[in-house]
Amino acid sequence: MFRLIARRLLTSVPTLAGIVLVTFALTRLLPGDPAAYFAGNAASVEAVEQIRAKLGLNQPLTTQFLRYVRELASGDWGQSLSTGQPVLTEIATRLPASLELTLVALLASLAVSIPLGVLAATRPGSWIDQLCRLVTTAGVSLPVFFTGLLLSFVFYFVLGWAPSPLGRIDPYVSAPATVTGFYLIDSALAGDGAAFVSSARQLILPALTLALFVMAPVARMTRASMLGVLSADFVRTARAMGLSRVRVLYGYAFQNALLPVLTTIGMVFSFMLGANVLVEKVFAWPGIGSFAVESLVASDYAPVQGFVLTMAILYVALNLVIDLLYLAVDPRVTVEG
Amino acid sequence: MTHRFASALLAAGLLLASGAQAQDARKETLVVANEFGPNMLDIHGVGANRPSYGVAWIVYDRLITHGRKTLPNGVVMYDFAKLEPELAERWEVAKDGSGVTFHLRKNAKFHDGSPVTAADVKWSYERALAMGGFPQFQMKAGSLEKPEQFEVINEHTFRVKYLRPDKMTLPDMAVPVASIYNATLARKHATPEDPWAATWLKNNTAGGGAYKVESFKPGQEIVFTRFDDWKNGPLPKLKRIIQRDVPSAGNRRALLVRGDIDMTYDMPPKDFGEMAADTARLKVASVPIENALFYLGMNVTKPPFNQVKVRQAMAYAMPYDKMWDTAMYGRGVKLYGASNEPKTTAWPQAHGYKTDIAKAKQLLAEAGFPNGFETTLSFDLGGATFSEPMAILIQESLGQIGIKAQINKVPGANWRAALLKKDMPLMINRFGGWLNYPEYFFFWCYHGQNAVFNTMSYQDAEMDKFITNARFAESKAIYEDQVRSMIRKAHADVPRVPLFQPTQDVAMQKNISGFTYWFHLQPDYRQIVKN
Repeated sequence: MFRLIARRLLTSVPTLAGIVLVTFALTRLLPGDPAAYFAGNAASVEAVEQIRAKLGLNQPLTTQFLRYVRELASGDWGQSLSTGQPVLTEIATRLPASLELTLVALLASLAVSIPLGVLAATRPGSWIDQLCRLVTTAGVSLPVFFTGLLLSFVFYFVLGWAPSPLGRIDPYVSAPATVTGFYLIDSALAGDGAAFVSSARQLILPALTLALFVMAPVARMTRASMLGVLSADFVRTARAMGLSRVRVLYGYAFQNALLPVLTTIGMVFSFMLGANVLVEKVFAWPGIGSFAVESLVASDYAPVQGFVLTMAILYVALNLVIDLLYLAVDPRVTVEG
Repeated sequence: MTHRFASALLAAGLLLASGAQAQDARKETLVVANEFGPNMLDIHGVGANRPSYGVAWIVYDRLITHGRKTLPNGVVMYDFAKLEPELAERWEVAKDGSGVTFHLRKNAKFHDGSPVTAADVKWSYERALAMGGFPQFQMKAGSLEKPEQFEVINEHTFRVKYLRPDKMTLPDMAVPVASIYNATLARKHATPEDPWAATWLKNNTAGGGAYKVESFKPGQEIVFTRFDDWKNGPLPKLKRIIQRDVPSAGNRRALLVRGDIDMTYDMPPKDFGEMAADTARLKVASVPIENALFYLGMNVTKPPFNQVKVRQAMAYAMPYDKMWDTAMYGRGVKLYGASNEPKTTAWPQAHGYKTDIAKAKQLLAEAGFPNGFETTLSFDLGGATFSEPMAILIQESLGQIGIKAQINKVPGANWRAALLKKDMPLMINRFGGWLNYPEYFFFWCYHGQNAVFNTMSYQDAEMDKFITNARFAESKAIYEDQVRSMIRKAHADVPRVPLFQPTQDVAMQKNISGFTYWFHLQPDYRQIVKN
């Protein structure tokens, strides 16, 4: 197991190196001129050149790249010009916000989609199967920003049940001291009930929006995979042996159907991290996605590179976790390093 | 599993219902939501954005500031003509015009309790020059160019030597860039590579203004608390200000209507129009932005726009009223349909062109383009709320006189670079000058120095003479004559067609009063009252 992890981490090094190179090249290929952008109101030609020299953008690309790699190696991910902060600090404060939202949304969607998929598979053609079809179709076909705006319109504006879409915590409640960056965990650790309730309330609508969107693939995959497994020989045998329905369903069938579902969850999770942007915009969620998009608009190189790199590291980690879960779920699986 | 889900739903419902908050904190707290907040706390920093000017305005002080006046529509506006004390209790301009001496308040303190001295002022002005870029440029606009101009006479007396008589020097010391920093505190955080503590001041403040920064999370929120020891003006009523970033305009409007925020800036004109009509619940303060206008610029260095008749034809082909209705939603000031002979010395003022397709066709034929031509119309996607509908209407209208205009949408990040290249034949743009003088606007936009804001690359010796004469005019009569000539020529040569003067709109709750319009367009919380 540890050898597997070590080998996997080792093989991810060339991937990450490639990503460093590609993102560097891509950001330089963008047509925008950060010097002109940040020179702002003082945009005389001399002022732009002055800024360009200050940012080191007048040097040859190879020099810039070497400097970037050197700084990266020493833990300096560069400065975000548009927010004026070190990229690493920005990512460290924003990634937990995105992860908290994504994880809560993922858990919420799994809590609905997996039972729904299982039930739909056991009763094909029944009303629950139709419901499953409806939910998945609606979830995929409604764009995230639309569901977000709709939910916030209905539950916040019209009904007044949900809290104001003003970010992670009510403006009058102070945020908990940062330990993990997850407000729910931090406020629980600090024993701050008001902050916990407030951050949980703020999470509901954005998490629901994201969850609706990702429910579809998981529910469909669970249904399809369960249908396949339920018609397999070993299930028939188990039934013939007179095992209880629950035992057959959850003890044997579900565990065997879980592998493709896990793969889907892995894909969905990584997709959610990136697709957060719109939800973040709608709910003023200070996450990593909107930060990356804003930086891109400003041709702010360092945060874009930092964002891609963070995502790459997350994907590598995620794939590893999924593979380890495969091993736990199905002993027949061998994962090559 | 389903059972567990049901109980989770129930718990969620309970959370939604428990919304009671302490009411006391709310009375003295203002909650504001804007599209985006400051990116740093230092207005001198590279890339400091507009909201950071607002931070400088209330967290730092200037030596002097402007008085205020009430407009006919009840909105309070700063008075450009009236300078008032802020950090300096009084000042004298030398009789020979060689400089100005400021006497600082003896009891003024920075947030850390240390007194404000002339040495701090000198350090701050030198910093504005040394940081380069925008702060340096802004200081230069008022002939504040060299560190030697700034002189410490004694602890509470500070002198600025004039390089030349320039009426913009004093007002330039009342702009946010001329903020006074706590030099002793800032120097503690300076390093040999960073002598002006630029890194530290991005996230920390060294000011003495009416508000202190309680917390700053870029991209999320900034919280200000009142500095109770502030001596440089009447103590503000609001104790705390929470300014959140809420990118979605629709949500900001919902927040305001439901009473969860007290104020918001920067909405699409349509929303402001509708909110202004909702007088039962909300209040919208509107002021035309001084010295600012939307315009259609034509590159006069290349055919066909090197011909005056073509440009005049364009001015007659603009669908003014349609743009007023569909792009501006009736918010702003119309800059067309008056006369090309200037009535006053005010700028911007309406020109004499109006939509007249027949006349446009005739002018185009006289210029040798009876069948029109093809061109490209560019605009900045960053300002697409206004520019996109304008571009489409202009394209349609130009089609009627045979001009085929391709629309070129330039992403915000590339717009400045595109302007610098000066190769766009036709563009929709907006410019505003901080210092409210017509010749200041003309100096950037029509002068032969060909600054980046002269997007038309218009160069004309006679125009340059008018602008320079107006800037350094010795009498009011000469000044007014030169300004009129300048405007008359701009209307006749029409390298840019002024379209509309934009308005500054701010929507707020009905119980909010004391809003003041400032040239920097940022909120001044010091005068705001919540009843």
